[in-house]
Amino acid sequence: MWKYIVKRLLWLPVLLLAASLMTFTLGRFGPGDPVRVILGNRYDEQIAERIRSQLGLDRPFFVQYGDYIWNFVQGDFGESYRYRGQPVRELIVRKMWVSAQLAIAAMVISLGFGLPIGFFIAHRQGRWEDPTAVTIALVLMSIPVMVSVPALLWTFCLKLSWVPCSGWGGVFDPRIIVPAITMGVPGIAGLTRLMRASTLDTLGQDFIRTAHSKGLGQMVVNSRHVFRNSLIPIVTILAFSLAGLISGAFITETIMGIPGIGRFAVESVFNRDYPVIMAVTLIGSGAFVLANLLADVTYAFIDPRIRYQ
Amino acid sequence: MAVRELAAAAEGEQTQRSRGHLARAMARLMRKKIAVTCIVILAVIYLAGIFAAWVSPYDYTAQDYTVIRKPPSYVLDQGPVAFWKESHFAGTDRAGRDLFTRVLWGIQNTVILTLVAMLTGGLLIGVSLGLIAGYFGKGVDSVIMRTGEVFASFPDIFLVIIIAATLRPRILDFVRSLEDRFDFLDGIVQIGVVDYFVVSIALVGFGWIGMARLVRGQILFLKETQYIEAAKASGASTARILFMHLLPNAIAPIVVTVSMGMGAYVGTEIILSWLGLGIQPPRPSLGTMLLQGGHISVIREEPWMLLAPGIAAWLLILCWNLLGDALNDVLNPRTR
Repeated sequence: MWKYIVKRLLWLPVLLLAASLMTFTLGRFGPGDPVRVILGNRYDEQIAERIRSQLGLDRPFFVQYGDYIWNFVQGDFGESYRYRGQPVRELIVRKMWVSAQLAIAAMVISLGFGLPIGFFIAHRQGRWEDPTAVTIALVLMSIPVMVSVPALLWTFCLKLSWVPCSGWGGVFDPRIIVPAITMGVPGIAGLTRLMRASTLDTLGQDFIRTAHSKGLGQMVVNSRHVFRNSLIPIVTILAFSLAGLISGAFITETIMGIPGIGRFAVESVFNRDYPVIMAVTLIGSGAFVLANLLADVTYAFIDPRIRYQ
Repeated sequence: MAVRELAAAAEGEQTQRSRGHLARAMARLMRKKIAVTCIVILAVIYLAGIFAAWVSPYDYTAQDYTVIRKPPSYVLDQGPVAFWKESHFAGTDRAGRDLFTRVLWGIQNTVILTLVAMLTGGLLIGVSLGLIAGYFGKGVDSVIMRTGEVFASFPDIFLVIIIAATLRPRILDFVRSLEDRFDFLDGIVQIGVVDYFVVSIALVGFGWIGMARLVRGQILFLKETQYIEAAKASGASTARILFMHLLPNAIAPIVVTVSMGMGAYVGTEIILSWLGLGIQPPRPSLGTMLLQGGHISVIREEPWMLLAPGIAAWLLILCWNLLGDALNDVLNPRTR
């Protein structure tokens, strides 16, 4: 087990180097001059030259890349091209916090609906409630974000006037409702299925029969034995969702005007803001890979039958 | 004599059963009302999209300033032709363009792009890399799977966005220079070849890895089975083992993944054109239509502008997902 974890952890830097080199290459050979982005309308050849050497953009490709990685390892993510004078690290941390709040709110919605529904329909296996619930979840999951956000806004903002139509005010602001529903509802389908399968699996175990046969009531068996043991695989998915905290919701945040990391990442791609793109790739990929590892490891710790080499 | 007859009978039963597996699965699929409905809806959408030029009642750029911002409404008393050709039954946008026509042409783009991406990225690249990695193992396996891990480590669809955003202008420049050099290529940018190319590459870049992983897993399991050993022992060539023995037995999960994957491809294509990285105006695409229809002022004044492309996009994704779900039920009965 430990060997497996160490192997995966040692592999992580290589993975990140490869991913960042890919992004770096795409960025450098991609079109658009970042210096033009910085200068905007005040473009002047001489000034441009000076900024270029100041930023080190006139150096050979691999020197630039190596330099960037070296600084990154030391915790210096560079300075945003677009927002001059602002270190990328501060910008990103601030925006990640926003996305994290949103992701947590969305996860509460996914779990709050997915777990009970999945648990319920597992007990109704083969009856009409079973396929119906999964189908409804799929129907909701299939609505593209660009359709569901305007539709929700039409309902909550225009018709009911419960919430303002865009913006961000934190977890306790009503404006979080629409994006949280948008991001949370697609997760319900997956969680319902997972919880259903997991509950069915638990229901078939010997210890459930034992619990019944020693005279425990249905309620007690369900809450104390079935539900708890069914939660095991859910942990995996939750760890997966940790990655969602970083990558955020590119589209939801962009539509709703939420100052999170997802919208920032999309903006930076359009602005050719290389330092931001690089930082988002490195942090996002790192978090994603770590979340996967965490999922594997928690899974193995909870269920000792699982072994990794 | 008796032994040979018995063996022949057993063999006959064997082939019948192996042929029967897929057929029985399909029969079970046809009994599912949802699956059949989805197949019909998908067939209609795909045919309508592909033959948009013949089906659509108007020209997708035709602007009619007498019917600007017309809500969906129709006249039935003047016969079906008038209903189809003259009533703008899905409404019009702010330039008086017929929304139904534009949705059809948008569907055409989505349909072609996702099919191309699935055939090349998912099936051609994904399946063959998965086969190779799973069967040959060792170094080849490591290289393919590690490369896949790099691609898969990008958060969500960020890689697709980066690829589309950085490649588009480069390829556009390149094709323009080709256009200048060769006369017969004139107008190639105009008809949107570059858009198609960029979106396909971006979709393929993110699409192959899931399929490769799945196929590899299947092959790893299958190649330990006795019949593969028997095939090897009887001197079957590697190609024969790969394509005649391994691939057919891995087909069930591939079918499910293709169906589910098509939904994801459709969603990603719509996101790309929504971000302005896909099909460019004036060519209509579901993504740009959703972008225009999603503005708060538009949903307040003309909600039908969101409705037409929204329903089309939703149906496409939904039917692929439901079909994938049904296929999963009939092909992998263990998971039921």
